[in-house]
Amino acid sequence: MTENGMNLTLKVWRQKSDKDKGQIETYQVKDISEHMSFLEMMDTMNEQLITAGKEPVAFDHDCREGICGSCSLFINGEAHGPDRGVTTCQLHMRKFKDGDTIYIEPWRSKAFPVIKDLVVDRTGFDRIMNAGGFISVNTSGNTQDANSIPIPKDDADHAFDAATCIGCGACVATCKNASAMLFVSAKVSQLALLPQGKIEAKDRVLNMVGQMDAEGFGSCTNTGACEVECPKGISLDNIARMNREFMSASITSDK
Amino acid sequence: MALSGFFLLVFLLQHCTINFLSVINPESFNNVSHFMGTNPLVQFALQPILAFGVIFHLGMGIRLEFQNRLSRPIKYEMEKAAENATWMSRNMIITGVMILLFFGLHFYDFWFPELNTKFIIGDMSGLNAGGEFRYYEELKHKFIDPTRVGLYVVSFLFLSLHLMHGFHSAFQSVGFRHNKYTPIIKKLGMLYAIAIPAGFVFIALFHFINH
Amino acid sequence: MAKLDAKIPEGPIKDKWTNHKNNINVVNPANKRLIDVIVVGTGLAGGSAAASLAELGYNVKSFCFQDSPRRAHSIAAQGGINAAKNYQNDGDSTYRLFYDTVKGGDYRSREANVYRLAEVSTNIIDQCVAQGVPFAREYGGLLDNRSFGGVLVSRTFYAKGQTGQQLLLGAYSAMSRQIGKGKIKMFNRHEMMDLVIVGGKARGIISRNLITGEIARHSAHAVVIASGGYGNVFFLSTNAMGSNTSAAWKIHKKGAFFANPCYTQIHPTCIPRSGEYQSKLTLMSESLRNDGRIWVPKNMKDVEAIRAGSMKPVEIKAEDRDYYLERRYPAFGNLVPRDVASRAAKERCDAGYGVNATGEAVYLDFASAIMRYGKEKAIIIHEPNASEARIQELGKKVIEDKYGNLFQMYEKITNDNPYETPMQIYPAVHYTMGGVWVDYNLMTTIPGCYAAGEANFSDHGANRLGASALMQGLADGYFVLPYTIGDYLANDIRTGEVSTSSAEFDEAEQVVKERLNFFINNKGTKSVDHFHKRLGKVMWDKVGMSRNTQGLKEAADEIRVIKEEFWKDVMVPGELNELNQELEKAGRVADFLELGELFAKDALDRNESCGGHFREESVEPDGEQKGEAKRDDVNFKYAAAWEWKGDPKDAELHKEELTFNDIELKQRSYK
Repeated sequence: MTENGMNLTLKVWRQKSDKDKGQIETYQVKDISEHMSFLEMMDTMNEQLITAGKEPVAFDHDCREGICGSCSLFINGEAHGPDRGVTTCQLHMRKFKDGDTIYIEPWRSKAFPVIKDLVVDRTGFDRIMNAGGFISVNTSGNTQDANSIPIPKDDADHAFDAATCIGCGACVATCKNASAMLFVSAKVSQLALLPQGKIEAKDRVLNMVGQMDAEGFGSCTNTGACEVECPKGISLDNIARMNREFMSASITSDK
Repeated sequence: MALSGFFLLVFLLQHCTINFLSVINPESFNNVSHFMGTNPLVQFALQPILAFGVIFHLGMGIRLEFQNRLSRPIKYEMEKAAENATWMSRNMIITGVMILLFFGLHFYDFWFPELNTKFIIGDMSGLNAGGEFRYYEELKHKFIDPTRVGLYVVSFLFLSLHLMHGFHSAFQSVGFRHNKYTPIIKKLGMLYAIAIPAGFVFIALFHFINH
Repeated sequence: MAKLDAKIPEGPIKDKWTNHKNNINVVNPANKRLIDVIVVGTGLAGGSAAASLAELGYNVKSFCFQDSPRRAHSIAAQGGINAAKNYQNDGDSTYRLFYDTVKGGDYRSREANVYRLAEVSTNIIDQCVAQGVPFAREYGGLLDNRSFGGVLVSRTFYAKGQTGQQLLLGAYSAMSRQIGKGKIKMFNRHEMMDLVIVGGKARGIISRNLITGEIARHSAHAVVIASGGYGNVFFLSTNAMGSNTSAAWKIHKKGAFFANPCYTQIHPTCIPRSGEYQSKLTLMSESLRNDGRIWVPKNMKDVEAIRAGSMKPVEIKAEDRDYYLERRYPAFGNLVPRDVASRAAKERCDAGYGVNATGEAVYLDFASAIMRYGKEKAIIIHEPNASEARIQELGKKVIEDKYGNLFQMYEKITNDNPYETPMQIYPAVHYTMGGVWVDYNLMTTIPGCYAAGEANFSDHGANRLGASALMQGLADGYFVLPYTIGDYLANDIRTGEVSTSSAEFDEAEQVVKERLNFFINNKGTKSVDHFHKRLGKVMWDKVGMSRNTQGLKEAADEIRVIKEEFWKDVMVPGELNELNQELEKAGRVADFLELGELFAKDALDRNESCGGHFREESVEPDGEQKGEAKRDDVNFKYAAAWEWKGDPKDAELHKEELTFNDIELKQRSYK
C-alpha cells in the first residue's frame, strides 16, 4: 500500500450496448483512500479513463445515500459487495485491502437486460407495480380523517418495514433463480397488512404475481440469499405472507 | 413442490417406522409388510398416489430447475453464492437427482421383484418356500453386499441434505412462517433431516453387521 | 410591475383559496380526454401532479431522467411532513402553521400561497394514509408526531427516517395505477432538452432518450416543470448526483422568470467532508436535533487534543463544552431553524473550534438523550433501581427505535458508532428556496407552463422550515395544480391535438441537436466534472453560507471565466446516439454555469440578510441581537424575479412586492 492509499485491480464488465456481447476488462487504480465510497472509487477510475481519452464505464447511481435504489453493482460475487445492509453507494473502500482484485459486474437476469456496461433495464419492476402495486384511491380533499382508522402499531411497523424496499433488484441479482419474489412480496405485504389495502388484496396479489412471471423472473426456492443481500433487510416473512395471500386468493377468487 | 414435499415427508416417516420394525421385531415387520403389500387400499389407492407424488415432485423439481436456469442466461464471472445461502438450499437438484438414482437401485432391489412375484407370477401369499413370510428374509438378504450397503448409506446422506432444506422450505412455500413457530420448525426440520436418514442407515448397517 | 401579476385572489386570507376554487373554470370530463399535459419530473410534486391529473382524465406524459419514477430525489427526504392536524392538542392550527412558515421563511414568501399550503396540509396526510403510506403510529393505533426546528408544536408526521421515501412511493403507486391504465404515458430515462412555445403558449418539449440518444418532440396543451432544485450548482450538496436545474433553466431562457436564486438552504446536520474525491454530501435528518445536543469544546487546548487524536470527545467534561445553540438561543436551543443553526456552526468553526482534521465539524451528541429516555423507560418497565449501564442500554434502544436507520447510515459512512461517541456534523447545501417564479396558480410567466415543488419559488421565502418541502411538493401536485391547471385548460378544449410539425418544434429541435453535437465534437482536454468542481468551489467559498459585496463580484467574474473555458475545453467522450452519461452531465453543467452567475448577481442585489441569504454587510450592530442577521424590509421586501436577456449578466430584475396583511413583520428572534 502506498502512503496515499490502496492500489487495486478492477475487472469490469464492458458492453457497448444491448446488442453487443460484452467482456471483462481490467483496469488499475491507485491511491484509493479507505474513506472513499465504492462509487467514488469508480469516479476515480472513470476520471482516469476520460483523461486517457477512453470512454468511462457507465453505471447507474443517483442519490448516493442508499435510498434511491439506482446503484446496482455485483461486486466480487455479491450484490452490492461484501458488506451487509448497504447499497453499492454506501459500501466503503475500507472493506477492501491493498492489492485486491475486484470483479464488478451488472445484475444478471433475463428480466434485467444489460443496456450498457453495468447499467441494466429494471423497468420490469415498474410493470409489476403497474399491475397492482397500489391502493385504488383517487386524489381527493375529502378522504376520511387520517386517524379515523386506527392501525395496530405492529401492523403499521411491519408494513413500514416491507415498504422500505428501494427496488434496487439486488434480490433478483443474488437469487440463483433470478427470482423477484422479495421485491413483489414486499409491496404485497405492505398493502396486505393495512386495512386500506385489504379491499383489493386478492386482485393485487394475483395480478402482480402474474406480471412477475410474465417478465421472466425465476421462481423462489427459499434459499434466503435475497434476504441476506437486501440492503434494506426486507424479511422472508414477506414472501411467506405473499405465498399465503396468493394461495388464498387463487382458491377463493371467482375470476 | 411444497405440497408433494409434505406428502413425501409423511411417507418417509411411515416407511422408516415400518422398516425399523425389522430391527425391533421381525415378526411384526413381516405382518405389517404383508399388510402393506396386499391390502387393496394401500396397493391400488395409496401406492398410485405415492407414485404420482414422487413423479410430480421429481418432474416439477426438474422443470423448475430448467426454468430457473433460463432466468439467468448469462452467468456471473465471479459469484460467491456460499456467502448468502446454504449449500443444501442451492443444490436441491443435485441431492434430488442423487435420490432419483437411488430409486433405481431401490426399485431394482425391492419394488420390481415384488411386482414380479405378486403380479407376474401371481403369488399373493407373501410366503417363502418354507411357508413363512418372506419379507424379513429378503430384507436381510439385500444387506449382505457391502457395496450395496455403502450405496445406501451415501444415498441417505443425500436424502439428509435434501431434507435439511426441504423440510422448512416446504413450510415457507405454503406461507407458514411465524416468529414463534418458524424457529421451532427449523429445529424440527433439522432433527427430521438427520433422524430419518440415520434411521435408514442404521437399519442397513444393523442387518449388514448381523447377517 | 405590469409584467408580474401574482393573481392573488381577493378576500380574507382564510377564504382566498376556497373562493378561488369556486370561481375558476373547470374542464368537463369529456373534454379532459382531449387534453394532453406534460409533466417533467416524478418527485413528490411531479409524481403527485401526474397521478392526480391522470385521475381527472387528462392524458399525461410524464418524464424522468432516472430509470424509474420511483427514484426521484424526493425519496431521500428523511425527517417528515408537516400538517396542521393538531392531533397532539398542543394548539396547532392552520394559522399557526401559516405563521410559522412565513416567519421561518423570514418574511420573504407570498402570504396567500403559504396560507393555502397550510390549509391543504391536512388533506395531504389523509390522502397519503388512504394510499397506504405507513406513517409512524402510537400504540393506540393513531398517528404519531414529532417536532422540528423553528416551531413550538409537534406537527410533523413521519415514517422513521424515510418519510420522503414513503410519500414518494405513495405518489409513485398512484402513478403506477394510471400508467397501468394507460392514462399516464411514462418516459423513463428521458431528459427534457427544451421547451417549445407556439403562439406564445407552452406547447411541448423536446426530449432525449438517454439510452438511444433519440431526440423526440412531444406536444401538449400545458407543461408542468417539477424538476426539483438546483443545489448541485455547488457541486457538493445533499442532492442526488443527477439533480439538475436544466428543465427549469430551459424554461427560464424561454421566458419564465427565475426568482430569488440566491435563497439556498444550507442544512446544519450533514456528515462532514472527508476528502477531495468526495462526490456528494449526506444529510442526517434534522429530526436528530430533537434529541441531539450540538456542541464544540470551550477550550482551544481540548480542540487541539481532539484533532491530534489524544483525547476523545466523551472525555471532555460537561463544563468544558460549549453548547453554543443553547447558549445563544435559549428559547429554541438546538431546535432553531436551519439557517440559524448552520451559521452558528460556521461561526464556531471559523473561530477555530471545529473538531475534525479539516476544522469543519461540530458534535451532535445523544448521550443526554440516551440517559433521559433510559430513565423514562426504566420507570415504565418497573425497574426503578436500574443501574447506569442498564439505563444506557434501555436508552440506546429507544434511540435506536427512533433513529436506527440514520445511526446505521452514519456508522456505515464514517466507521464511528454514534451510540458511543458523538456524531460529527457540518452544514451542507440542501435545498433551494429560489426557483421559477409562479403566480398563485403556479403558472410561470409563460402561459401554459407551470412549475411545482422545489422547482418553483413561492412558499418558503428565504428559508424553509424542516418537513415543509414534502408538504409543499405534495400540496402543489395533489391539491393545487389539478384545480388551477383546469382554469387555463378550459380555454383549450377546442384546440385539438397540438401538432409537432411546426417551425417552432423544428427550431427547438435544431438548437438541441446543435448543442449536443458541439459537446461530442469539442474534443477538449478536461472532463465535465473538472469544471463542475471549480464552479462548486467558487459558489461555496464566495456565494455560500455568508456573502459580501466583494466576494459576490469576484464570484460572478470567476464563474464567467470557468464558463468560457468550459465551452472551449470540455471533453465529452463517447457518442451521441448511445447511453452517454458524460454527455448528460455536460448539458447540465453548462446550465449550472449560467445559473451560478445569476445566483451571484441576485445575492449581490439583495443587500440585506434574510433567511438562508446572509450578507456580512447587514448584521445587527448592537443590542441583544448583536451579530444576528439584519433584514431590510424597507428596501428588500420583494421577490426578485429575473428575466433572461441573453446572458446572466444582462438579466433584468422585476420585483414582486410582498404584502403582509395577516402577519406582522418582526425580527425573527429565536432567543
